[in-house]
Amino acid sequence: MRIELQKRANTSMLFSVLSPLLALALTLIAGAIMFGLLGKSPLNSLYIYFVEPLLDVWSLHELAIKAAPLILIAVGLSVCFRSNNWNIGAEGQFTIGAITGSILPVLNPEWHSPLILPLMLIMGMIGGALYAGIPALLKTRFNTNEILTSLMLVYIAQLFLDWLVRGPWRDPQGYNFPQTKSFQSEAVLPEILDSGRAHLGIVFALIAAVALWFMMRFMLKGFQVSVLGQSERAGRFAGFSAKKMVWFSMLLSGALAGLAGISEVSGSIGHVQPVISPGYGFTAIIVAFLGRLNPLGIIASGFVLALTYLGGEAAQLSLGISDKVSRVFQGLILFFVLSCDTLIHYRIRLIVNPSATQEGKS
Amino acid sequence: MFEAILLTVITASTPLVIAALGELVTERSGVLNLGVEGMMIMGAVAAFATAQLTGSAYLGILGGIIGGGIFSLLFGFLTLTLVANQVATGLALTILGLGLSGQLGEAFVGMPGVRLQPIVIPLLSDIPFFGRVLFSQDLIFYMSVALVFGISWFLFKSRAGLKMRAIGDSHGSAHTLGINVVRTRYLAVLFGGACAGLAGAQLSLVYTPQWVENMTAGRGWIALALVVFASWRPLRVLAGGYLFGAVGIGQLHAQLLAQSGGIAIPSQLLSALPYVATIVVLIIISHNRRTTLINTPASLGKPFVPDR
Amino acid sequence: MTSSEGVEASPLLSVRGLTKLFGSFAACDAIDLDIGHGEIHALLGENGAGKSTLVKMLFGVLQPSSGTVSLEGKPVVIPSPGEARRLGIGMVFQHFSLFEALTVAENIALSLDPRTPLAKIAEETASVSRAYGLPLDPSAHVADLSVGERQRIEIVRALLQNPKLIILDEPTSVLTPQEAERLFETLMRLKAEGRSVLYISHRLEEVQRICDRATVLRHGKVTGACDPKHETPASLARMMVGTEVAEVKRDSANALGDILLQVNKVSVASRTPFAVALKDISLKVRAGEVLAIAGIAGNGQSELFDAISGEYPIADNDGIVLRGKPVGRLRINGRRMLGAGFVPEERHGHAAVSALSLSDNLLLARSRSDKKAFLAGGPLAIVKRDAILSAARRICSMMDVRKSGEDPAAGSLSGGNLQKFIVGRELDRQPSVLVVNQPTWGVDAGAASRIRQALVDLAKAGSAVVVISQDLDEIFEIATTIAVISDGRLSDPYPAGELTLEQIGLLMGGIHDSHSGEKSSGEDRAGMETAHAH
Repeated sequence: MRIELQKRANTSMLFSVLSPLLALALTLIAGAIMFGLLGKSPLNSLYIYFVEPLLDVWSLHELAIKAAPLILIAVGLSVCFRSNNWNIGAEGQFTIGAITGSILPVLNPEWHSPLILPLMLIMGMIGGALYAGIPALLKTRFNTNEILTSLMLVYIAQLFLDWLVRGPWRDPQGYNFPQTKSFQSEAVLPEILDSGRAHLGIVFALIAAVALWFMMRFMLKGFQVSVLGQSERAGRFAGFSAKKMVWFSMLLSGALAGLAGISEVSGSIGHVQPVISPGYGFTAIIVAFLGRLNPLGIIASGFVLALTYLGGEAAQLSLGISDKVSRVFQGLILFFVLSCDTLIHYRIRLIVNPSATQEGKS
Repeated sequence: MFEAILLTVITASTPLVIAALGELVTERSGVLNLGVEGMMIMGAVAAFATAQLTGSAYLGILGGIIGGGIFSLLFGFLTLTLVANQVATGLALTILGLGLSGQLGEAFVGMPGVRLQPIVIPLLSDIPFFGRVLFSQDLIFYMSVALVFGISWFLFKSRAGLKMRAIGDSHGSAHTLGINVVRTRYLAVLFGGACAGLAGAQLSLVYTPQWVENMTAGRGWIALALVVFASWRPLRVLAGGYLFGAVGIGQLHAQLLAQSGGIAIPSQLLSALPYVATIVVLIIISHNRRTTLINTPASLGKPFVPDR
Repeated sequence: MTSSEGVEASPLLSVRGLTKLFGSFAACDAIDLDIGHGEIHALLGENGAGKSTLVKMLFGVLQPSSGTVSLEGKPVVIPSPGEARRLGIGMVFQHFSLFEALTVAENIALSLDPRTPLAKIAEETASVSRAYGLPLDPSAHVADLSVGERQRIEIVRALLQNPKLIILDEPTSVLTPQEAERLFETLMRLKAEGRSVLYISHRLEEVQRICDRATVLRHGKVTGACDPKHETPASLARMMVGTEVAEVKRDSANALGDILLQVNKVSVASRTPFAVALKDISLKVRAGEVLAIAGIAGNGQSELFDAISGEYPIADNDGIVLRGKPVGRLRINGRRMLGAGFVPEERHGHAAVSALSLSDNLLLARSRSDKKAFLAGGPLAIVKRDAILSAARRICSMMDVRKSGEDPAAGSLSGGNLQKFIVGRELDRQPSVLVVNQPTWGVDAGAASRIRQALVDLAKAGSAVVVISQDLDEIFEIATTIAVISDGRLSDPYPAGELTLEQIGLLMGGIHDSHSGEKSSGEDRAGMETAHAH
């Protein structure tokens, strides 16, 4: 028996929409099996994992808090991936953005101006952009693969953060905890509603998503991204510079990741500490693919992946399963998305009896 | 003292060499598998679990190889049969592997490990210095040496290796000549997974005979950089692997020295050295576009759908 | 069908009702064919007629949907190239199956019995290649060989398996006239040994010269089987193409105007290890002139195109002068703004992106030159879909582009139709200078004729046209001036009427540095692929 692929003449519109849904359905089935193997009731577990977190308002706020950085980072990554620049180091850019954005409140805890928050956000974006500029420079100048360089920089950024909060930035009145003083209230990203903790981060995320959707759909810039991602040669023929696109996409995604970083620290946490992200930069990659690299689709997929985080916490509390099951779900989603995406470009045939002169009837 | 350091360098370098060799074979057939980190950690947890449950470190090695191998088949199915994007699939493999291994390894956290004992080769191990360093090592070390020379021979002296290099150069031409591209690539991916699994087994049975979540700490990525650094040649992988191993051990010793000498070098800075070294090495090796073009397997990462 | 010798009445190879379906499209439709022993049999047809598909089935690369193949009277099944070789069928493809990073001997070894040691294969390669007049060095790396030498590897590879039938797919399209002569001698030798040859070509003079019988295909069906020596080129062409194809109409002489494009002693180092360096290239093209640059693939055509188009600007600003302005350092859009248009060789992945729609591909080439018409909103540069769509519609009707749907993906068009669109995209701007690389490669006769007429008409209207082409017939049809490129050097230009085929052949082989006479030019890897692309 053999699986054979036949390229479609035109990419299937139907499957472009169906593929992510199919992938989610398969993930649920796989998840049910996994819960079963862990000795828990599959349906009950899926309910606790995916449905319960949606049932009260406070929980929906938590969902928005988790979705914000995922969407913010993923829309930036979608521009990168579409232009064939593989920024895998968004986690590092998130970290550095959080650090640069926190410089003002950490070093000037007595500054109580309304200016401090906008400045923090801008500095966070600049920090993230500059950090993403390193793999961009290495790629354009030295022809170095950006996947490996941006990834190595993640480990370096995390070590830098660790040193900062255990060393020069540690709160001297903090009982030796590795964290900074809590930020002054002017430096905290405000909540948007009274019913929960959700802060402005989600607003930034939605604005960024819509803006980038507009760019990709209607502006020449979006056309350039698309062309250069599909064929650098055709892009050159069009007069588009692949090098400039490396800079544009990396700086853009770095800035957005940096913004996500400072928003998380300022809005969710309120101070700087060694661990500020449950792997948002990597999960955002999954969000980008599940959203089919489309900023509007990413809004939806951002919430889906945010749900997997909440579900993991709920599962830990109610079912006694470790929250690592979140990671497993996230990995499964990406796997199924990539598998189902094949259907968009190819028809799949199962050939049961490979014979010598006759082909299996299509 | 020097001997002790050399022994630790060998232990640190062996998993890098093995994982890189496996990925080298995979890439020589034209497939880019970024999931080395994921396959390695799955091998580590499989090896540890097998050793705990059976009491035998040798069965643990087998467990690691099988664990990495089976996990790599997921990658193979997606990229070779379903022709999915290789970069994204490799990342998926790593994310899934890190998550799944954390889940599976929960039960084993904190347990004392079953350590793989060294095999002392009679006569040869009596040679002063070299005898102790080279011939009183564990099985995995000997396997790493065998792999270097075995893979070298395979790629450059055997007909099957020639076929593999041909596929890596042009899968279209290979297919036209009747070579079964997909089957060869499956085998190459499987071999890469088995090697990554073996490397992971070394981590949980020899390097730190314990299970710790995410214990690979980026070694899989360093192995990928190693393959590029070595221009896809096995002997250079050996050299590069030991270079990185030395840097890794060097920074640990530097941390101890700094502490005892009262010099205030942050430990994080020293811990960052292997990652910085990787970046530097990549820059050096890649910046000459001409040589990069000549050495890289031409069909690396490109999707292949056989026409019938 | 009797063989030409009449001694053995039964044919070597017999095909009955052979059909190949791709979905509902019949690439080959109920084909009957007979090849006798010691016969050179031509397979004629224009691009897309089904010749390649037919021989791929004979060689086991594709499986027939229905029909039978018989060898020596016995029906056979050919599931793979390995089996085809075992049955005594050898094939030399138009697109070579060679591995650049490996040596000649290693390449050959890959298609032979794995038990034979490499050293023996190397030895046999050297002796057989010499014996048939196509000498090869077994230890040379393929990346360093010229196209003609690479073809030798393919031929020797086939010969080493002692085939009864050798299939050659458009072999002379990559050879100089002198190299082609050598090939014909080799074929006569094979015939004398009792081997048969299936010779695919669209070159009627060759076929008439060397072939005993011919089978003509059109749209996948057999439209004629004959002795080519008893036919005229016109009757063969009619079997190949059906209706008479319009001949390109040309006024005997255009009045030549100002020099619109000038290249002054341009030298460019090769960008990649497999590319060709340009050496001291000079040319002048006037308004009303069609300058054709003849040459075999891989002699610097792509590199020359890149330098003139501005995709890869050169250091010397005065090296390239467009309408009187030095533009050497100017990038491609700057040159377009001065009224130049460019059509690259490769349709897919260079001139156009297959996955994008025709309107997107229109924007691809004209985002800067048509900024006012196609983009709005100042710095936002919002794309005006409607304006682009109506321009695309205009181009499609002007060039008679056949397509399915209002604005389909470029990849869904046939080679000829896509090429018509790509050329039309430039013509629509009425460029004063147009540079085209391989205007009709892989294009059906109707579209080719239309494109050539369009180029001639453009020159007549006062533009300067440069056509880089491997097709000498095409060159003689449309050129006013001809120059030859070889190993990165350009010959002097000659008025078209003054150059004979033989002279061109000599120029193709003869422009070298005095000290590099033995070594052939390196191959442009990209050029290799593009030379055979559709």
